[in-house]
Amino acid sequence: MQHLHPRAKEADCLVLGIETSCDETAAAVIKGGRHILSNVISSQMDVHRPFGGVVPEVASRRHVERITAIIEEALHQAKVTLQDISAIGVTQGPGLVGALLIGVSAAKALSFSTGIPLIAVHHIAGHIYANHLVEPLRFPLVALVVSGGHTELIYMPEHNRFERLGRTRDDAAGEAYDKVGRLLDLPYPAGPEMDRLATKGKSTIDLPRAWLEPDSLDFSFSGLKSAVINLLHNTRQRGENINPADLAASFQSAVVEVLVEKSLAAVKKTGVKELVVAGGVSANSGLRQALRERCTKEGINLRIPPLSLCTDNAAMIAAAATFRYQEGQFADLALNAEPNLPLV
Amino acid sequence: MKWLAIDTSTLVMGVALVDENHVLGEVTTNMKKNHSVRLMPMVARLMEELELKVSDLDAVAVASGPGSYTGVRIGVTTAKTIAWSRNIPLIGVSSLAALAMNGVRFEGMVVPLFNARRDRVYTGGYRFVEGSLKTIYPDSVLPIDQWLKTLTGKGPILFLGDDVSLFRERIVQALGDQAFFGLPAENISRASHVGWLGLKRWREEGKAETVNFAPEYLQLTEAEAKWLAQNQDGVNQNGSSRS
Ligand SMILES: [Zn+2]
Repeated sequence: MQHLHPRAKEADCLVLGIETSCDETAAAVIKGGRHILSNVISSQMDVHRPFGGVVPEVASRRHVERITAIIEEALHQAKVTLQDISAIGVTQGPGLVGALLIGVSAAKALSFSTGIPLIAVHHIAGHIYANHLVEPLRFPLVALVVSGGHTELIYMPEHNRFERLGRTRDDAAGEAYDKVGRLLDLPYPAGPEMDRLATKGKSTIDLPRAWLEPDSLDFSFSGLKSAVINLLHNTRQRGENINPADLAASFQSAVVEVLVEKSLAAVKKTGVKELVVAGGVSANSGLRQALRERCTKEGINLRIPPLSLCTDNAAMIAAAATFRYQEGQFADLALNAEPNLPLV
Repeated sequence: MKWLAIDTSTLVMGVALVDENHVLGEVTTNMKKNHSVRLMPMVARLMEELELKVSDLDAVAVASGPGSYTGVRIGVTTAKTIAWSRNIPLIGVSSLAALAMNGVRFEGMVVPLFNARRDRVYTGGYRFVEGSLKTIYPDSVLPIDQWLKTLTGKGPILFLGDDVSLFRERIVQALGDQAFFGLPAENISRASHVGWLGLKRWREEGKAETVNFAPEYLQLTEAEAKWLAQNQDGVNQNGSSRS
């Protein structure tokens, strides 16, 4: 059915994006891959707070309840109807499988009932394309993707082409933040709370940085997390107290230093002039500041999306979908959610 | 009136097209395979076979649970998205009631059941009065032994569902010759029954589901149940209630 549709040109292309990979039910309409006509997000943060983290079954239940109303709202706010839409982009993975399935099922049903082409989008590609919504991406570039589920360095020679330069071998940076935050009894979500606490403390505690092999662009945060656990355990046993703000600040500098240095190493290795940051942890103030300072010094053009586009949203999914649409990379009605979908 | 009916609440995946008087077409599989991959292509294929276009659809009926959480969600999300995008009514139908329809000729109570694990079942009690399905015991999830105690002395009972075989000995032990069992074809749900029940309810009540329509799970999530139990204790100890 979708082959009967003449393909819209990039500038006129209206894409409906759908994102349900974790705990945000989101839909958005994007024009020309860049212009946000609507960006509706129904956050479940309050629903999950009592449990101290995202409960997959709770998230899935909420998604199925909200999804149709959120899509309707996205079209309404964009002042368009389904007939105006050129393509439907949906997050296929990675993420929570039960959560992803709601977006994928809705997108497939919509594509079936309207004949609008279906585009499967990788969540991380979406995060990178969040930057395109601010200013067109310039290639080649290196992207640092940091979130609760990911810590990766990606090389992009052009639209839609991804090469992995490095990835975490254990915990994601955001995951380490959440775990350490929980040790300090910070409320959920602990990552942003850690960042806030860190600004009140001084980086006085020596914590390990995992550089791995000299040439490696991979990350590892589990050693750092263990060091914090041991430190807290030992001081408590000795009946001493540790200043939580100083611990947060010390932890933050350890994470940020590794992220910044590895990103710059990736930029040098590939010879690019553009560094793009994406994912929930790119909202971290310590990371933003350190990257800004280092990139200015090195003459590298740094791109970090505004806070509103750092966290999960469907505008970024629609933006990424636009360029797959332009290349005719359509999905069919047998599309399935892939909780461990690889980007490359 | 052409209705699309969908049931993905158990291992059975059913798609049917029905009108007031006929089953126009129906596909049923009973296998451990991904509903999310197969549902939409199966709907498309069946409609193509029947030479129907999406614009020919007048309404959508869906089995709304209980059953497999993920399975029910796939069916409900698909059905409500199609209905919303075509601006046609959506009607949710109990997955157990749809299965009970297989016992329409039985004179006595019809008890459909799905395994809910840990010795519990999703079940309900139905009876046909002048060809109409009446609920005697509303759908619920409960321990099989407790359920059998409730059913004791209630006359002949027809148990339906593939999962009945898991409890067959205990059923016979509890109910003796008052227990009856379905044939293989009666033990799997048919989407055409979902369509028929939906159509009937639409004609009688004329009320469609809203965009916020969600499955009937009959159970809280484990996390919520645990949280509630803990906080209930807290309330009792303090002697005060949370507001
Ligand atoms: Zn994300």
